[in-house]
Amino acid sequence: MRVKGRAWVFGDAINTDLLAPGYAMTLPPKELAQHCLEAVNPDFAREVRPGDVVVAGDNFGLGSSREQAAISLHTLGVGAVLARSFARIFYRNAINIGLPALSFDAVDEIADGAALDLDLAEGWLKRGGDTFALKPLPPHIRDLIAAGGLMAQLHEKMAKQRQAEGSDA
Amino acid sequence: MAGDTLAQKIIARAAGLTHVAVGDDVTVRVDLLMAHDGSGPRRWRPRMEALGAPLWDPDKVVLVTDHYVPAEDQVAADILQETRDFARDYGVQKFFDMEGICHAILPEKGLLKPGMFVAGGDSHTTMGGAYACYAAGFGATDTTGIAITGETWTTVPETILVQLNGQLNFAVTAKDIMLRLCRELGMDNSFKVIEYTGSGVANMAMAERTVLSNMAAELGAETGLIGVDGVTIDALAATGVDTAGAEAWASDADAQYSKCFTLGASGLEPQIAAPHSPVNSDDIGHFIGTQVDQCYIGACVGAKLTDLHMAAAVLRGRQVAPGTRLVVAPSTAFTMQAALADGTLRILEDAGATFLPSGCGACAGFGGRALGDGDVCLSTTNRNFKGRMGHANSRVYLGSAYAAAAAAVTGEITDPRDFLDANRTAA
Repeated sequence: MRVKGRAWVFGDAINTDLLAPGYAMTLPPKELAQHCLEAVNPDFAREVRPGDVVVAGDNFGLGSSREQAAISLHTLGVGAVLARSFARIFYRNAINIGLPALSFDAVDEIADGAALDLDLAEGWLKRGGDTFALKPLPPHIRDLIAAGGLMAQLHEKMAKQRQAEGSDA
Repeated sequence: MAGDTLAQKIIARAAGLTHVAVGDDVTVRVDLLMAHDGSGPRRWRPRMEALGAPLWDPDKVVLVTDHYVPAEDQVAADILQETRDFARDYGVQKFFDMEGICHAILPEKGLLKPGMFVAGGDSHTTMGGAYACYAAGFGATDTTGIAITGETWTTVPETILVQLNGQLNFAVTAKDIMLRLCRELGMDNSFKVIEYTGSGVANMAMAERTVLSNMAAELGAETGLIGVDGVTIDALAATGVDTAGAEAWASDADAQYSKCFTLGASGLEPQIAAPHSPVNSDDIGHFIGTQVDQCYIGACVGAKLTDLHMAAAVLRGRQVAPGTRLVVAPSTAFTMQAALADGTLRILEDAGATFLPSGCGACAGFGGRALGDGDVCLSTTNRNFKGRMGHANSRVYLGSAYAAAAAAVTGEITDPRDFLDANRTAA
């Protein structure tokens, strides 16, 4: 999986109330996404382009279990989130909907607006002439991303099960 | 081989294994799946229907309406209706409609049993850890997967042991402990479990213990566990839970912890956390005189019967300051009834409190109960992120129910001990 876009750099502890504000939670996904990160960068939702990469510090996505935090980024076309560390529920939510969330130590070396090129399968990130290695993902996470998320993986599993049950009968 | 932590024991049991090691990736069978109107059926149903999948076990599913209650507009009414329709269509008997906040409902209805692996569609599911349940929050795709298969994956986490030594001082509460721990341990303890132990926990009532577990979510932890002891057994027995064998759900004496952190309970002052994070906590003395527009006593963590008692101890015979609002939302209908029966509600009402229905609305900025531009609030809730309770320019301080009530009386952050008699008030 290849992701190419500009870096949007944020700080530490970007929480789910910033990613998906409570007051906007009844809006349809596309409208809710327009409020994503508005309290820290009012231009983000309007100007982010498909393939852009969110780059942040520690504990990205802390707070609520609301999956809309990850869905809003995905809806805006964000290709990947790179952070020094992730909050557990956000991390699982992102992987489950097929949004790559990658733990990355050198986030301080990425400037806002930098052109980035990532290859998840090969495990590298390029910025200009510099190449950074991405940490390998555990096999079950890799499988989830490869399947396109948890629902797609379940769909495959259930189809196989039905096939097996059918051939037994 | 070293002994097992409580987290390891519960995960091993749920995974059908005799032992798991920290770092193992395992598939667990979920004992109880809980979701509310915001996180559950409205997210599950379309995907379950697309897969043609039934609910794996309706008896192991608990549904609660608490986020959009009572409906303030058509969208909220539709969300609540979807929840009710799902409970009916899929045969979910454990459906609690407008009876209170899900995390308080679970133990109130006797649905938690030590050793359970509980998956909840809400980050504060951790509250069940006080009952020695591995109770963790999950997002909607994870809970949909569990609703269909009854299973999920987890990586066996390391456990941080928090040792609370000694007795809390007068008018110092579990909430103060947790605000202090947010500052000391930070909010980035992801993929780890917090376990609480020590004399400060042994002597703590169940309601206060649930605060430690609830706000393990603020520490970023998977769950916040407390091993079973006499206090747990008594609390379980009071709600009719069979406690046979429950004592087994505690860490082994030689269990391995990744870190031990000791907090002296007896030295702790009441705490306040400044905007916009629970980590901004410090002794209340540093905040005295900060003006507040609203005091909110609400949420799973901060509107239990014991919290209402704390507020009443301060407010008895006193009035909310002119120009200041005191808003109270008891955590459950049962709490409301108990506070009505024992006279607590009358004291709050006489002081000038405004009551909201039991639910999550004001805490999470849902519905028409939000803070306005520039509002300053002292809240008994668990997180105060920018904009959470309403306008992005509102400012939320966190504190105990004692602190919220005291600020309501003066219109500014005030040491509640100024209004309390140590000989008369039991926390």
